[in-house]
Amino acid sequence: MLPEVFDQIMEGRRSQPNQLIEVLQDVQKHFGYISRESMKVVSRELGVPLIEVYRVASFYKAFRLKPSGRNVITICMGTACHVRGAKLLHDQATGQLDVQTGETTPDGEFSIEHVNCLGACALGPVVTENGSYHHHMTPAKLRKLIETLAKEPVEVDQYAKVE
Amino acid sequence: MLRLNSYRELEHLREQIQTRRSNITKTVVICGGTGCQVSNSQAVIDALREELAGHDGLDQTVRICVTGCHGFCEQGPVMVIQPDDIFYCHVTPDDAFEIVHQTIIHGKLIDRLLYTDPVTGEKARSESDISFYRKQDRQILSCNRGVDPCSIEDYIVSGGYSALVKVVNGMPAEEIIEEITASGLRGRGGGGFPTARKWVECREAGGDEKYIICNADEGDPGAYMDRCVLEGNPHLVLEGMLVGARAIGATKGYIYVRNEYPLAVKHAQIAVKQAHELGLLGDNILGSPFSFDVEIVRGGGAFVCGESTALMASIEGKVGEPRAKDVHTAIDGLYHKPTTLNNVETWANVPAIINKGSSWFASRGTSGSKGTKILALTGRIKNTGLVEVALGTTINDVVFGIGGGAVNGNAIKAVQTGGPSGGCLPVEKFDLEIDFDILSQAGSMIGSGGMVVMDEETCMVDVARYFLTFLQDESCGKCVPCRLGIDRMLEIITDITEGRGRMEQLDLLEELAETVVETALCGLGKTAPNPVISTLRYFRDEYEAHIREKRCPAGVCKSLITYWIDPNLCTGCGVCLHNCVHGAISGQKKEPHIIDVQLCQKCGICRSECKFDAVRII
Repeated sequence: MLPEVFDQIMEGRRSQPNQLIEVLQDVQKHFGYISRESMKVVSRELGVPLIEVYRVASFYKAFRLKPSGRNVITICMGTACHVRGAKLLHDQATGQLDVQTGETTPDGEFSIEHVNCLGACALGPVVTENGSYHHHMTPAKLRKLIETLAKEPVEVDQYAKVE
Repeated sequence: MLRLNSYRELEHLREQIQTRRSNITKTVVICGGTGCQVSNSQAVIDALREELAGHDGLDQTVRICVTGCHGFCEQGPVMVIQPDDIFYCHVTPDDAFEIVHQTIIHGKLIDRLLYTDPVTGEKARSESDISFYRKQDRQILSCNRGVDPCSIEDYIVSGGYSALVKVVNGMPAEEIIEEITASGLRGRGGGGFPTARKWVECREAGGDEKYIICNADEGDPGAYMDRCVLEGNPHLVLEGMLVGARAIGATKGYIYVRNEYPLAVKHAQIAVKQAHELGLLGDNILGSPFSFDVEIVRGGGAFVCGESTALMASIEGKVGEPRAKDVHTAIDGLYHKPTTLNNVETWANVPAIINKGSSWFASRGTSGSKGTKILALTGRIKNTGLVEVALGTTINDVVFGIGGGAVNGNAIKAVQTGGPSGGCLPVEKFDLEIDFDILSQAGSMIGSGGMVVMDEETCMVDVARYFLTFLQDESCGKCVPCRLGIDRMLEIITDITEGRGRMEQLDLLEELAETVVETALCGLGKTAPNPVISTLRYFRDEYEAHIREKRCPAGVCKSLITYWIDPNLCTGCGVCLHNCVHGAISGQKKEPHIIDVQLCQKCGICRSECKFDAVRII
């Protein structure tokens, strides 16, 4: 299974160490995270030492080294969202799911992530759930959202959901 | 599309598109920027398309133009119907029928979709009637309105690529640099360094391989103007880069863009492809000897990559760690070649300077800061969104004139400018002009243009803690002052916000801050203590209230506050009781409820749910 996908990703990039970040972006896009095995393949194909691949993958925020939960709740921690109460949302999510940011619940249902700014500052505080945006969030709305998600199967909405 | 081999062919194409579009009588401009997409603009666009398709011939004469951000994200989704300039806000898919039947066919206004001024209560017909827009000077942002970012034709019809024609067709490189020098353009990304000086240094550096970079790694939390420009008008940025490349003698350019801005990445990729097809990028542009190519590089999400040397390391596929800049990047930059790096907004300013001349550009602004600046006006304010004003406008004009003042009638306390590297300015300083030098003298900076407004419900100590947490997370860890200095400062501030602070810690905090400023390696570290220094300078009383009285005046710091229900306001509706998951609220129906402070987790749910504003923080 691995080689085929990697063939596509590596197309035209082999032995070019400067493509490391772009390749890792695509690996993550495809697998959802960057596994040890993926790193080994990338290291071999690009001609970059494994330690360097790991160093880059662990340095940048964009890369995840563990698989994420079925639902990913991302809380925007930008300044604009912060002054409108993003901290309360963070406390709500971590408290309700009993995991810390960057972690996944033991049942693999939820991951909580932080993002420094989604660039939707005018509509803050913003939370995204599996990629769809929820604006003007409150702790109560977030609580309900998590409760709903826990019950329902994941659906990817065609449009950004609106409160 | 055919490749254009001379500037005449570009002019011809422009005329062709104009002729083809001559039967269009109305254009519906809908914002498809990230902000409005969050507010469901895509569904509105689809509904309108469907409605128009249901009418014979209407889809031939009415054009839907999905554009980048208009700036007024708070009111999204927004649309403008041209040529009558009718402005509608908060449009929903259900409104599509009426918009087509009433406004497009019969020219009638739909009252409920018009913008209502929150102060006067008057309805506004077009953007020019709205104080948010009227008080701005939108030179770059206004270009977003007429252009579909995915259509190079739109850009060409609006006069695009005429600066490119000028520079490949007779304008020598020296003259371009002279124009930029005379315009007084300074870097829009944060530093405010004179753009032309970078260009000259890079042009004069040896070697034939030179690079230019467009920095679209907008990591500043609370700022999104670069996203808006790159997402809304990518060809404008490309044209600026082309002019720069011609002046410097660069053959290759990079756009380094945050991967968290998927729309900006997509639009930039489309723009580069389209420009390639028309021969506006690549070899022998417009049949001239000038060749230039652009590659898009997606960032990995690291704030430190906004620093030029770290950004270049990241393009090379390495860890984004900065290096000492003993030798400027203009001489030894990307792959050790001379490199010029400018911010998105800086590049976007270039075509207009070439087209309209440096004196036109320099007619706006102050003696040291010319032109306009896009600001992201956000936080606890009525009108949030992107604002473009001439430099030299006062903070008062922006916050109260354009922003409309505070929400909920609260008193505005401060404005935070310049992101994590900037500082907080108190309301007494609001008569200061927005100017690179004036703001930095006052202990803050323009930075990339983020302006987060704070009111009496914002705790300044908590804000300092917030920025330190952010910077601690984002520090690359290469140099000790930044890695450990931020850590220790954060420790002290956390003590203060959690009620363990001591007065002598304030002196230690100041000393630490000064040391980090003086000794850190790169811009991130050198400016990291700014939020602490500026809040200590202007809001020392809040620090003292936390330490001496164990009280958070703004009611934010959890360890120092208590939730309380005002019995005079509580109607006993039971909403808070029903919603409290900790079982901390009790009370009979129609009787004032009470919170058990032992059980209360201060989660804020009751406060956000109470319709009567009875839950208070003391």
